[in-house]
Amino acid sequence: MTLERHNYDVLVIGAGGAGLRAAVEAREAGLRVAIICKSLFGKAHTVMAEGGAAASMGNVNDNDNWMVHFRDTMRGGKFLNHYRMAELHAKEAPDRIWELEVWGALFDRTKEGKISQRNFGGHEYPRLAHVGDRTGLELIRTMQQRIVALQQQDGRDFGDMESHIKVFAELTITDILKENGKVSGAYGYWRESGSEVLFEAPAVIIATGGVGKTFKITSNSWEGTGDGHALALKAGANLVDMEFLQFHPTGMVWPPSVRGILVTESVRGEGGVLTNINGERFMFNYIPEVFKKMYADNPEEADRWYTDQDNNRRPPELLPRDEVARAINSEVKAGRGTEHGGVFLDVSKRLSAEVIKKRLPSMWHQFYELAGVDITKEPMEVGPTCHYVMGGVEVEPDTAAAIGVPGLFAAGEVAGGMHGSNRLGGNSLTDLLVFGRRAGAGAAEYVKSSGKNPVSEGAINAAAAKIQAPFDRQGGENSYSLHAELQEITHNLVGIIRTGAELDEAIKKIAEIRKRSANVSVSGGRVFNPGFHLAFDLDNMLLVAESTAKSAIKREESRGGHTRDDFPGMNNKWRQINHISTFDGTQVIVREQALPPLPKELFDLFDVHELEKYMTPEEIAKGGSN
Amino acid sequence: MARKLNLRIWRGDSTSGALQDVQVDVNEGEVVLDVIHRVQATQMGDLAVRWNCKAGKCGSCSMEINGKPRLACMTQVAAYPEGETITVTPLRTFPVIKDLVTDVSFNYKKAMEIPAYAPPADLAPGEARMQQVDVERSQEFRKCIECFLCQNVCHVIRDHEENKKSFAGPRFFIRIAELDMHPLDILKNRKKTAQEEHGLGMCNITKCCTEVCPEHIRITDNAIIPMKERVVDVKYDPARWLGSKIRRREGI
Repeated sequence: MTLERHNYDVLVIGAGGAGLRAAVEAREAGLRVAIICKSLFGKAHTVMAEGGAAASMGNVNDNDNWMVHFRDTMRGGKFLNHYRMAELHAKEAPDRIWELEVWGALFDRTKEGKISQRNFGGHEYPRLAHVGDRTGLELIRTMQQRIVALQQQDGRDFGDMESHIKVFAELTITDILKENGKVSGAYGYWRESGSEVLFEAPAVIIATGGVGKTFKITSNSWEGTGDGHALALKAGANLVDMEFLQFHPTGMVWPPSVRGILVTESVRGEGGVLTNINGERFMFNYIPEVFKKMYADNPEEADRWYTDQDNNRRPPELLPRDEVARAINSEVKAGRGTEHGGVFLDVSKRLSAEVIKKRLPSMWHQFYELAGVDITKEPMEVGPTCHYVMGGVEVEPDTAAAIGVPGLFAAGEVAGGMHGSNRLGGNSLTDLLVFGRRAGAGAAEYVKSSGKNPVSEGAINAAAAKIQAPFDRQGGENSYSLHAELQEITHNLVGIIRTGAELDEAIKKIAEIRKRSANVSVSGGRVFNPGFHLAFDLDNMLLVAESTAKSAIKREESRGGHTRDDFPGMNNKWRQINHISTFDGTQVIVREQALPPLPKELFDLFDVHELEKYMTPEEIAKGGSN
Repeated sequence: MARKLNLRIWRGDSTSGALQDVQVDVNEGEVVLDVIHRVQATQMGDLAVRWNCKAGKCGSCSMEINGKPRLACMTQVAAYPEGETITVTPLRTFPVIKDLVTDVSFNYKKAMEIPAYAPPADLAPGEARMQQVDVERSQEFRKCIECFLCQNVCHVIRDHEENKKSFAGPRFFIRIAELDMHPLDILKNRKKTAQEEHGLGMCNITKCCTEVCPEHIRITDNAIIPMKERVVDVKYDPARWLGSKIRRREGI
């Protein structure tokens, strides 16, 4: 059988917000683009984003601007963010939102008819553009429809709607190919038929999202298996700070089959209150020193904030996610949780049933249909769920080019650096748009200067052999069981609270599973065979888990999405260090690298007394680089 | 506690297939997709099923459960009497690929045929002003998760392959309605092309689509009927007909 071959200028792996935005940008630069989705077009995990997209448009509070947003983002990330990414994000986010509107998005409105903005954890002003609690759906649909609009234009100009952008749905990429040290394309298979496909393209943009399925309790869909993280590692790229995982404080906890499904932060943004089994509003006991100035320490002031934000401090339910997740975890561990191991989240006492159904329609629907709970009358039971990976491919901020691999780019959740040690809610959707666009532009520029880079027969044969291998083995390991074992290990040993001893044990156990995974065999044929698909996803998840555990054991402090029981505090020395993961062909190696220091103009945006809480005296004395 | 469930699953491919009976554990609160996954992990490693979010937001796990089009992730096992066999089959309107997975590419082809959103050429980013009440009409249709259950249940194409060519289906009637009601869209003849090119006229408003919509979008009442009424107005109202001849109005 002859191999199916395609030739494009740019190959985008991933059809969520970042991938589609990158594809639009590369197409508009005049290039031919292929978009790969692992599932159907328009089903990417972006659809599940609920709360909104953070952009300092200042529509609701005109004190907002990019500098305030930048400060909030750095605080949320505990100053481990790559400053340049946080800066670009804060500056460009409003344009990316307005652009969506020009493409047909219909956000909720203010009284003046502008895009409405809502409050969210860690954001000083109402900042999240939203559509009820289905903002991600609006974003993905708008991008999907923008792609169709461009295809229709190509149909008019070239007589073929798919002449310049083609979507390859239900296709998995198993290898990024290189020739002469530069990207030459990618290899994979159709999920429907199992038949193999070669893409020749001098530039590849990875936009594959997250890694949640490495964990047992997660808000992520099946696609979050860290494919892009692993593809990048194997292609010679670096991953940065993979120890930082965000456990969203509010996932569903009951019934067991829905455990982990997200309960949007908007519930708290709209006034939802967290209480333990004793009815205590416990978040007041968990306000960290660095946030004391900004958060109310009593219920009366917190309640007043919902109507008067200028004269009151914010309720502590709206602390950054890492703080709230740890607080819930502590309450449950101290025996003050519900019988199902969660806490209560109640919005029914603050808002009328009508308003709840209007502002949080999919939450109402989700609890009513899946848990038999009417959130307009009763509290929800919630607990932490693995939601987002802050770590990811190390990129050059302005172009999203992966460090060390010419022709490779990464944007969205799969890229690292932007969010530091903890992402603020709402910053993900605008991250996708800002850096998706930059990756598309970066790839376009690269292709125009580099030209074609043909794939060799040797590379094709090696990639093909890998896909066939699990079918040739008989009576080997079952990928479903290995996946379940891995999830058990990450959940118990690399979860929300970590210790050196447990991480050490995790590293050994993950290595054992990796050894066994080399012997996975698959029953049945190639046509739409989930056992076969999981064999490749598993390989990716194992690399990601190894990178996370090995980075986590090195970082001897607690910061954002990395909490060490044996090193409870933040340590300003560690703030200057990124962990870089590389792959040597057999295992992940983690080394330290200096975090680029804040330049003076950004350093000066902060009150120096605030920076003293995060930086060493030497850094403060310098007053920023250059 | 776990109990045993009798599950009957259609297994096969584009050439042939049959229902197979399995017994599987089911726990409190589980949905049909949970038990299908358990069958997959323990008894049939190659059982094909599409799914993504398992939270009713992505519209991937559409199938027919006891003959009714449903999302498997939003269908509680407890909704069926204990002891009863639950039968799961693939969507009937689309060609089977394997087991519970069908070829839904029809829908993506139709999506490409609907003229895109057309904003005024001079609309600058950030300058749009719309009232909430005006965007809400379109927002209802933008809740669509593209599960294609409405397409599957629509009898114009359910057992009539020959109609597929000229019929876009309820999912795309609400797309046209959404653009038609979009406060900024300037393309004038959407209702007319819905009727003449996308098969709106073939719909005889039995409301099956509305009944199966997991997002409870009032497809028939709020999209299809208003468009049909306006088309009829324009086509048969003698005064309007005369007006259109005198002043050469574009579209409507």
